[in-house]
Amino acid sequence: MNRTAQSDWEVVIGIETHVQLNTASKIFSGAPTTFGAEPNRQACAVDLALPGVLPVLNRGAVERAIRFGLGIGGEVAARSIFARKNYFYPDLPKGYQISQFEAPVVIGGSVRFRVGEGEAAYEKTVRLTRAHLEEDAGKSLHEDFQGMSGIDLNRAGTPLLEIVSEPDMRSAAEAVAYARTLHALVRWIDICDGNLQEGSFRCDANVSVRRRGDEQLGTRREIKNLNSFRFLQEAIEAEIRWQIETLEDGGQVQQATVLFDETVGEVRVMRTKEDAHDYRYFPDPDLLPLEIDDDWVARVRAEMPELPAAMAQRFTDEYGLSGADASVLTASREQAAYFQDCVQAAGSALAKPCANWVMGELAARLNRTETAIADAPVRPVQLAGLVQRIQDGTISNNTGKKVFEALWNGEGADADAIIAAKGLKQVSDAGAIEKMIDDVLAANQKSVDEFRAGKEKAFNALVGQVMKASRGQANPAQVNELLRRKLGA
Amino acid sequence: MIDASVAELRQALDARKVSATELAHLFLNRIDAHDAAIHAFITVDREGALAAAAAADERLARGERAPLLGIPFAHKDIFCTEGVRTTCGSKMLENFISPYDAHVVTLLKEAGAVSLGKLNLDEFAMGSSTETSYFGATHNPWRAGYVPGGSSGGSAAAVAARLVPLATGTDTGGSVRQPAAFCGITGIKPTYGTVSRYGMIAYASSCDQGGAFGASAQDCAALLEAMSGFDERDSTSLNRPAPQLRAALDAAPQDAARPLAGLRLGVPVEFFRDGLHPDVVRALGDARRQYEALGAQCVEISLEHAARLAIPAYYVLASAEASSNLSRYDGVRYGHRAADYDDLDSMYCNSRSEGFGAEVRRRILIGAYVLSHGYYDAYYLQAQRLRRLIAQDFRAAFERCDLIFAPVSPTPAWKIGEKADDPVAMYLADIHTLAVNLAGLPGLSHPCGFSEEGLPIGAQLIGPHFSEVRLLEVAHRFQQNTDWHCRRPVLSAA
Amino acid sequence: MSLSHADLRRLGRLAKLALDEHQLAALNTQLDNILHLVDEMQAVDTRDVAPMSHPLELTARLRADAPSEPDRRDAFQQVAPQAESGLYLVPKVIE
Repeated sequence: MNRTAQSDWEVVIGIETHVQLNTASKIFSGAPTTFGAEPNRQACAVDLALPGVLPVLNRGAVERAIRFGLGIGGEVAARSIFARKNYFYPDLPKGYQISQFEAPVVIGGSVRFRVGEGEAAYEKTVRLTRAHLEEDAGKSLHEDFQGMSGIDLNRAGTPLLEIVSEPDMRSAAEAVAYARTLHALVRWIDICDGNLQEGSFRCDANVSVRRRGDEQLGTRREIKNLNSFRFLQEAIEAEIRWQIETLEDGGQVQQATVLFDETVGEVRVMRTKEDAHDYRYFPDPDLLPLEIDDDWVARVRAEMPELPAAMAQRFTDEYGLSGADASVLTASREQAAYFQDCVQAAGSALAKPCANWVMGELAARLNRTETAIADAPVRPVQLAGLVQRIQDGTISNNTGKKVFEALWNGEGADADAIIAAKGLKQVSDAGAIEKMIDDVLAANQKSVDEFRAGKEKAFNALVGQVMKASRGQANPAQVNELLRRKLGA
Repeated sequence: MIDASVAELRQALDARKVSATELAHLFLNRIDAHDAAIHAFITVDREGALAAAAAADERLARGERAPLLGIPFAHKDIFCTEGVRTTCGSKMLENFISPYDAHVVTLLKEAGAVSLGKLNLDEFAMGSSTETSYFGATHNPWRAGYVPGGSSGGSAAAVAARLVPLATGTDTGGSVRQPAAFCGITGIKPTYGTVSRYGMIAYASSCDQGGAFGASAQDCAALLEAMSGFDERDSTSLNRPAPQLRAALDAAPQDAARPLAGLRLGVPVEFFRDGLHPDVVRALGDARRQYEALGAQCVEISLEHAARLAIPAYYVLASAEASSNLSRYDGVRYGHRAADYDDLDSMYCNSRSEGFGAEVRRRILIGAYVLSHGYYDAYYLQAQRLRRLIAQDFRAAFERCDLIFAPVSPTPAWKIGEKADDPVAMYLADIHTLAVNLAGLPGLSHPCGFSEEGLPIGAQLIGPHFSEVRLLEVAHRFQQNTDWHCRRPVLSAA
Repeated sequence: MSLSHADLRRLGRLAKLALDEHQLAALNTQLDNILHLVDEMQAVDTRDVAPMSHPLELTARLRADAPSEPDRRDAFQQVAPQAESGLYLVPKVIE
């Protein structure tokens, strides 16, 4: 398909995200939630739906929902209701999932983020419809057990916050940027560990296409259970291609639930059963309405960290950083905290070089060594000391990289110690530099002649020789100035 | 000893005139002698009973004194008992040995009461006659071939036949009060939330409530007090102090001749209008005059919605909740799994169809229907609105009276099999008890006479929320001045 | 309201109950009678009446977020129809 064909179509995407809340116990039982236990060792009587057991709601799960509501500027519902969603599945022990249907705990709110890079980057706001609390299901293991499936209910009853967006996204890139922002936010406000591999953050994407200018939305298909940003991107792109091709070939899109097969990069329709969608929701008689009073919301609000958007705004206002830089620095709470600590030690006048070091050398090194910023061997105060020495001319930017390397390897307590120990201090003594210039000029008469004959290149060669003689420690600006004076230029 | 009240048993045990072990043997022997004919028990736990009795004797020997310490009783087989099978009257749970105890079971174990086993009931408590039990019908001790009522028919029959002095039960739409009436004993269902539902197998969660059976209000008070109390594992459990029932009954009335002076008894006109069996009319009339003789003042009240709409509202709501509550029986983690199936779906369908009896299947289907797409508003939601109208009826009535006096059932017990193929006829028999559950109110049934055929007839007292003390006290005053609760059926020798 | 056989089969599928085709007519009559009984309530005007889910209309009591349940897998799986390697076994699940 060519680009022009695709641009005739408008893509409409809404995303439902299942966020596992990082509580210690399950949403309706006292079983632990730690990941990776042996099968069914963390499934208690309530999780197994033994006859006679009853659910009791976990305060910690509700509190996390409130944090989320405040984090996205939504309304925390004063009263919400738990309902039963009835369907049979072996990983659903009760034959119903306890969820919130008509009255969710969070209503509205929005997420704002940057899409793309450089000149083409733009701000995007996605409105949220709602977020509701529910319980996760167990897992069906399809390895062969005498031709049967094995059911592990350890995950059953793990608290989930299902976050539903409006169909506000118009491309796979926007969808991924939305998901990344949401992912960063739930970690930022500490309601989810964000572990994608373990399924702590899973997206379903509702995708439809329509001809540009059409009022009515196209028929959507829902891609289920995407647990990486790459798969989210690939799945949506594959789905868009498929829908456009189908429609351009005169076909129709049937509403369906599809799965993304990452090995072949294609979506396939899930086996659907007739009547499967008559969930017969009704209020769970075992659970009373959840009431959240203003006091509780106020207490949670008082404990909320500064949110990434507010922090990014502050970085541009107080430190004069660009919107792009501020957005990168606030991608995670740990990185933002690192940067903040660094600026605090270096002084806010040095915010920009601090930002450059955090986003540049430090980020590259963390990435290469797969180290979390919280575990970086170079601490914010150490990086601040390094930035200060570059700024005051003690070392050059290039020497700075050597100092950084030494700090990373633990060769000294701070930049000053390393500069001293390795003799990296920039030579700014005019007498010493003049002596070196004299030696270089005497040994390079040819270059001197060429320069005098008007070849500017020859000047650079001489500067290089002087820097070489100083083993890189001469102050380059000073070398330049003194050399020009000597040559009478 | 067999006919002794709980208070008398208590005195005998405390005075060491009889040991808990002797009492357990006494009642176990009686079960051996008579239960083949009555079939009140699904499981007799001889071993567990004797171990519990021995433990009670040790506690008594140490000088410990507690209301139910060493007193024999039995549980309706709807309460989960660790190590003892819990069937709920269903093939689905025929071999289910619960890995945990219901809250009520724990409380009674701690109280030192001695459980003799598990009592028959309608399958999953769905029924009014104990005929839907997979384990066969229970017979009314007053007359073989007649139902004991239901769903707690095994409990009522066991107490009436003195196979146990006390029994637990549950009441979702009358399942304690109606069998108590049919068997000539006393039964109380407290305010919703008084007895923890944890470990009590769910039928219709918003109506299910544990209750107590005994010969008299006094005996019921002893058991209900021990069963009640806050349980953090039940979200609907009331976090308020358990009522002190026995103490209230032991206090002497101010006016011994007219102990109920000042009591306003509401008589709902709609409940006495038509459809009542003449013997029920007569017995209730006698009881009313007795109450008036004791000083109560009867006032006419109206429960229009409760009388007219309780049946439809109840059968919609209870079936809806039941259809969902019973989805967990899928043959995966416990319970019956069909021997033959082709795939997952047929494993589900065959296991459930084989495991559930006809009445349970009917209610599951009706429940699925009233919740299904397109019918929810007309049925489920409408029934919830009617529920409010019914609750409002009672609230208005309790502005004019303290307690309500009503029939328990339009008729005395019927013949086994008489209504078995006519679910609607069976449902109509619950007309006087359902509304109480929809409103979450406490209700009590006490014996007040007999039919021409010699079958017991009961009277119902209904109170506002948390009025258990008053209900039991009023029934107790009635029983201090009458002897209906002292009548015993003559059991044929085994 | 009365049900068709098709309605009945749909309900059977929803509730996972295999319905005996020979007794479908009898079952249909029984369920129709029950629905006829409850249809009495349709005549009542409840426009201004709020639905009531719970008899006491209280609000949720919350539990502290602390694990309290020990591992009892072995006891729980003793009552399982079929279990192996700690897993409950079911006929193959096909998505």
